[in-house]
Amino acid sequence: MKIHIPTPLRQYAGKNSTVDVKGGTVAEALANLTAQYDDLRRHLYTDDGKLRAFVNVYVNDEDIRYLQKENTPTKEGDSISIVPSIAGGF
Amino acid sequence: MATIVEKPVVANATPTLNKDEILRYSRHLIMPEVGMEGQLKLKAAKVLCIGAGGLGSPLILYLAAAGVGTLGIVDFDVVDFTNLQRQIIHSTADVGRKKLDSAEQTINEINPFVEVKKFETLLNSENALQLFRDFDVIVDGTDNFPTRYLVNDACVLSGKPNVYGSIFRFEGQASVFATKEGPCYRCLYPEPPPPGLVPSCAEGGVLGILPGLVGVIQATEVVKLILGSGDSLIGRLLLVDALGMKFRELKLRKNPECPVCGTHPTVTKLIDYQQFCGIRGEEQKVTTEAIPQIQPEELKRRLDAGEDIFILDVREPHEYQICNLGGYLIPINDLPKRVNELDSSRQIVAHCKMGGRSAKAVEFLKQAGFKNVLNLAGGINAWSDKVDPKVPKY
Repeated sequence: MKIHIPTPLRQYAGKNSTVDVKGGTVAEALANLTAQYDDLRRHLYTDDGKLRAFVNVYVNDEDIRYLQKENTPTKEGDSISIVPSIAGGF
Repeated sequence: MATIVEKPVVANATPTLNKDEILRYSRHLIMPEVGMEGQLKLKAAKVLCIGAGGLGSPLILYLAAAGVGTLGIVDFDVVDFTNLQRQIIHSTADVGRKKLDSAEQTINEINPFVEVKKFETLLNSENALQLFRDFDVIVDGTDNFPTRYLVNDACVLSGKPNVYGSIFRFEGQASVFATKEGPCYRCLYPEPPPPGLVPSCAEGGVLGILPGLVGVIQATEVVKLILGSGDSLIGRLLLVDALGMKFRELKLRKNPECPVCGTHPTVTKLIDYQQFCGIRGEEQKVTTEAIPQIQPEELKRRLDAGEDIFILDVREPHEYQICNLGGYLIPINDLPKRVNELDSSRQIVAHCKMGGRSAKAVEFLKQAGFKNVLNLAGGINAWSDKVDPKVPKY
């Protein structure tokens, strides 16, 4: 499956805009991602292992908060998006 | 997926169009989607644009051209050279002028039928609700998190839609928040990121055309809200990737537990947004008491006296190419991996562009056991100001 990496985080993911991952749930897919790119971990997770509140994760076009959160099932062909808040406007 | 349908924001359009206006808007009038009725709604509409910068420029230009009757603009900034790469409502001749005045002039030149209301003020919790009262639609073209949360909360509390757009480098987001049935910004992002984690345009850079793309998307959404036509971005987050030229869309839901727009709101008045976002001021030249510093003049004095000083440049390679002090380049994010290239017995002076990144570098090196490290206060920009004006600023 592809994970879309947002611009602010691409420098920690080897400058890639998408990364291929495997996993049956969002948690597994993200773990696969941080196993490939350890630097991403502190930007996605707090010290006690929780997904940061200003980082939203979508499976296809649905926010996982309204699905089964990190236990949301994922399958081949799904597209996972990490969407952090950005504020630039000037 | 059902689209959320809301009533148009301007209920009764009372003005009329004279012959000049009819000629001017002919291409709108001959379209059934706008027509005379739609154009009169545009003329009756009052839109408040927060920011006359990157997003504000194209937004204001197109809303003026479209015939929005009243355009309010909130901006307290002055035009400078670094703005001209993207803030197309301002020209070279406007450098040094207030953005409000520059924008007003451009609007009058494009469309003298637009009434411009200028608000030269920093939007804050004391003035926001009152300011928003006289407008129908609010457009968020700001550049920092505290203001975005302020605008959102004030829109929800005043019942005005918030046409949101934001950009970073070559990526943008757009949506419409704070309508009665739809989500608000806090439904999407209940908490702001810690300060310093997401860089500003000055630090991260921005592709000049990007606010053009996103700003016009915002203008489009404003027009659709006023006309009450089309499928609005209410409940949808549009993601724009300008480099890949890809547009993606994510579903946004109204969070029933949202503290501002949920069924049992806990935020019923505007709060201290600086505190909410965990910062005490602008993230400019970050200097804390614990970081040992050296002023540019003092560094120059010591170098001229022949002292052995190792200059560490923690900027990016493309910045080094713009200008440099001949320092040893280790970009800040590579420092942990490359710290063994540094000799802790030498006096090290770390610098970046303005002093922020190098302060972090000094902090890191001190924690790694380096005793002789100093931060160049104000960075290479300050060196240019105080020591050698031949060094270009960027």
